[in-house]
Amino acid sequence: MTNPKSKIPNSKLHNWLLVVAVLTLAIAPLIFVRGGEFAGSDDKAEKAITEVQPGYQPWFKSLFEPPSGEVESLLFSSQAALGAGVIGYVIGLYKGRSQQQNSNNEHSD
Amino acid sequence: MSRIILKSKRTTLIIIGVVSFYLIVSASAPAYAMHIMEGFLPPKWAIFWWVVALPFFVLGLRSLTNITQTNPELKLLLALSGAFTFVLSALKMPSVTGSCSHPTGTGLGAVLFGPLAMSVLGSLVLLFQALLLAHGGLTTLGANAFSMAIAGPFAAYWIYNLTMRLSGKQRIAIFLAAALADLLTYVITSIQLALAFPAPIGGFIASFIKFAGIFAITQVPLAISEGLLTVLVWNWLQSYTPQELELLKLIKQESQG
Repeated sequence: MTNPKSKIPNSKLHNWLLVVAVLTLAIAPLIFVRGGEFAGSDDKAEKAITEVQPGYQPWFKSLFEPPSGEVESLLFSSQAALGAGVIGYVIGLYKGRSQQQNSNNEHSD
Repeated sequence: MSRIILKSKRTTLIIIGVVSFYLIVSASAPAYAMHIMEGFLPPKWAIFWWVVALPFFVLGLRSLTNITQTNPELKLLLALSGAFTFVLSALKMPSVTGSCSHPTGTGLGAVLFGPLAMSVLGSLVLLFQALLLAHGGLTTLGANAFSMAIAGPFAAYWIYNLTMRLSGKQRIAIFLAAALADLLTYVITSIQLALAFPAPIGGFIASFIKFAGIFAITQVPLAISEGLLTVLVWNWLQSYTPQELELLKLIKQESQG
C-alpha cells in the first residue's frame, strides 16, 4: 500500500495465478466428470419440479425466446462481450491515468 | 515481513486449489442450475417475491442517484461493477455435477458501493436476461432479484466487513465475500423453490434438500471461480485507482458514523 512500485511484479504473478486457477476450475469438470451432460436447460428444471409436484404447469411464457440455440449463444456472447468491453475500457482508462500520474511525479522530482 | 505475507498468500492459494480439486473429483450427479424459469413459481409466490424485492430496488435507486450526484467521478467505477455482473452472469461454466451454471458477479459492487446499489444493477442484468434470453423470467424476476441482487450483495457486504474486522486481510475478505454471496444466491433459490413446491412427504425440508442438491452443489466451484475473479479485478483497482477506493472508504465511514 505504501510502496506500490515494489509490489507490481509480485501482484502480476498473483493475477496470472488467479487466471490459471479459474481456468482449471472450468476445465477440470470436463475432464474428470464422466458422463456429464453439461446441460443447463429448462426441461431438466421442469423434471425436478414435476417430480415434487406432478402436473405443475408453468402459467406464463417468456415474451421472447431465442429461435435457436445458435441465436441464444449469440445473445449470451454479446452480453459477455459488452460487459468485458466496458471492464477493459474502464481498467484501461484508470491504468493510463495512473501511469500518467506516475510519470508526472517522476518529472517533478 | 513481505516474505511472510507472500508465504501466507501462497498457502491460501494452495488450500483453495486443494479444496476445489477435491470437490471436482469427488462429486458427480447430473443436474442443472440457474435462475427460476419463467412461469415456474405459482402466482402467489411470484407476487410475494416481487413485493419483497421492490422496496430494495427503490432504495437502491435512491442510493445510486445519491452516489452519482455527490461523486460523479465514481460513475466509471459503478459502470465497472455493473459490467462485471453482466459478464459473469453470461458465463455458463461446467461444474462438478456435470451440468452448467453461471456466477453472479454481485460481490464486487456490493463491497465497493454497498448492497443497495447492487440491487439495482443486478436486477437490470436479470431483466435483460429475462427479456432477451428467456433465461429466468418476468414473473420470477422478483424471486430471482431477491436471491441474486439483494440477498447475495447484502451477504457479501457483511462478510467483507466481518472478515476485515476479524483478520484485516483485504484479499481474503474480498474472496470470501464474493464466493459466499454467489453460493448464498443459489441457496436462496433452493429455499424459494422449496417454499413453492414442498414435497408431499417431508415437506419443505425434503424439497429444500432436493433443490439445494441441484443448485447449491453445482455452484460451489463457480463460487470459488467468482471469488478468484473478483480478487483479480480488485488487484487492478488497487494498483490503478487508489484515489477512488480511498473516496469510497470515506463515504462508507460517513454513512456508518
